[in-house]
Amino acid sequence: MLIYDALIAPFTDFEFMRRALAAVIALSLGGAPIGVFLMLRRMSLVGDAMAHAILPGAAIGFLLSGLNLFAMTTGGLIAGFTVAILAGVVARTTELKEDASLATFYLVSLALGVTIVSIKGTNIDLLHVLFGNILAMDDQTLLVIAFNATITLIVMAVIYRPLVIESVDPVFLRTVSRAGAPSHLAFLALVVINLVNGFHALGTLLAVGLMILPAGIARFWSRDITGMICIAVISAMVSGYAGLVLSFQTSVPSGPAIILVAAVFYVGSVLFGSVSGLFRQMFPGRHLEA
Amino acid sequence: MTAQIRFRDVTLGYDRHPAVHHLTGEVASGALLAIVGPNGAGKSTLFRGLVGILKPLAGSIETGGLDLRDIAYLPQTADIDRSFPISVYDFVGTGLWRVTGFFGGIGKQARDKVTHALAAVGLNGFENRPIGTLSGGQMQRLLFARVLLQDARLIVLDEPFNAIDAKTSVDLLALVQRWHGEKRTVLAALHDMDLVRANFPETLLLARGPVAWGATAEVLTAENLLEARRMCEAFDDSAAACAVDEQPSQAA
Repeated sequence: MLIYDALIAPFTDFEFMRRALAAVIALSLGGAPIGVFLMLRRMSLVGDAMAHAILPGAAIGFLLSGLNLFAMTTGGLIAGFTVAILAGVVARTTELKEDASLATFYLVSLALGVTIVSIKGTNIDLLHVLFGNILAMDDQTLLVIAFNATITLIVMAVIYRPLVIESVDPVFLRTVSRAGAPSHLAFLALVVINLVNGFHALGTLLAVGLMILPAGIARFWSRDITGMICIAVISAMVSGYAGLVLSFQTSVPSGPAIILVAAVFYVGSVLFGSVSGLFRQMFPGRHLEA
Repeated sequence: MTAQIRFRDVTLGYDRHPAVHHLTGEVASGALLAIVGPNGAGKSTLFRGLVGILKPLAGSIETGGLDLRDIAYLPQTADIDRSFPISVYDFVGTGLWRVTGFFGGIGKQARDKVTHALAAVGLNGFENRPIGTLSGGQMQRLLFARVLLQDARLIVLDEPFNAIDAKTSVDLLALVQRWHGEKRTVLAALHDMDLVRANFPETLLLARGPVAWGATAEVLTAENLLEARRMCEAFDDSAAACAVDEQPSQAA
């Protein structure tokens, strides 16, 4: 019964825990596949930069209509899209690489946001945006998260093939199809949507965590992209669940608890992963016949 | 023979500096054409213009209504992320893009095609290996297999036999001959004169401008090759605007 009390009872006894779990599962389904592509396209830090770019948009939404979920989400989406698309367009039409152009735009966006916030003065509610609060999911928020996750999966299915080909051989895709640029922009849009999703639960600062850490974990367990995506989704869900339990039992804040659990899995994967894990490299076994 | 490609006084280059200067000519449908010239002669640039990656600075290239998908292009240094987790089989399968597009399934027939293409380049048994485990020559074979699957009317190969061992060159050259036999138009940039003389009926000797274009034996003469080398690889930062363009354009 002890195990039941520790692992299952929190969810049967408290509705807010059930809501949190539902939110984490939705976030994992949408965010983890995005994270895998961010990692494979060497854009992991782009996700982080985008997360910062969203903050000012949410702040503007907050400034205009108070702690209104819809306004803040819309603001975040607009800011994120603007930065993502401008950076993408600049990178594709000039010599400047994507990372440099993105860094420029998100810094401007961040400075702008801080300026706007300081006009109205600080507010404790903004802490909610910075660090999220997965234990206070209302119906509306939960629906927004589920909706965004659904959109993500559908769009990913549409752009999956060009996205894979563009990642592995961009020149080839350019010579057979004009789908490269549109699918790249659609992908950036999905990154933004999932970051907005993440900030409701984990806050802007950790939103990218449930995307990148599971992707990093998956890299150590699979050599093909399908396997990677599956492992990433599963490890995101497990981290989310274990993080919630940890948070419930120890009163560690839930967002950091989830990311810390994922970090533990990540360290375990680095050490013991079947694909280029450190342990595996140190004791590779005898070499093969052919 | 109808013309597959028409170069109309085309100039291609970067940042206003021409790399291919005032090229005019036609490539017949079904031709097997070698493009020869020293480094920096503009061979790769010409190809990039041909497949539509680079827009001409002046003039035009017509490809007789060929769709993007009817052209298979093998670049000199393929910009491939070899660490990407994709299997040999799936990678070659991308050559079926013209059939499958975004969503089309890969059915039994398509799977047979992929298997045949891999066998044709001697890579059977490699299906499940990640592309990162292939050697340079095996990678080149893989890229040929993909060109094979693209089933294109026009095939453009940029120095396809560089750093490739003799056996592999012979195998891949046989594929080029097969495409020629299937009446596809094949253009290849090459440096090995003996190989060109033995296998390519038609040659364009390029040195920014065309030096000679015609039957291989008449093009690859000692004088022509010397002339090509003499046409230096000038990239003059302060070059004046090209005088030819100053003349009233004669719409041909």
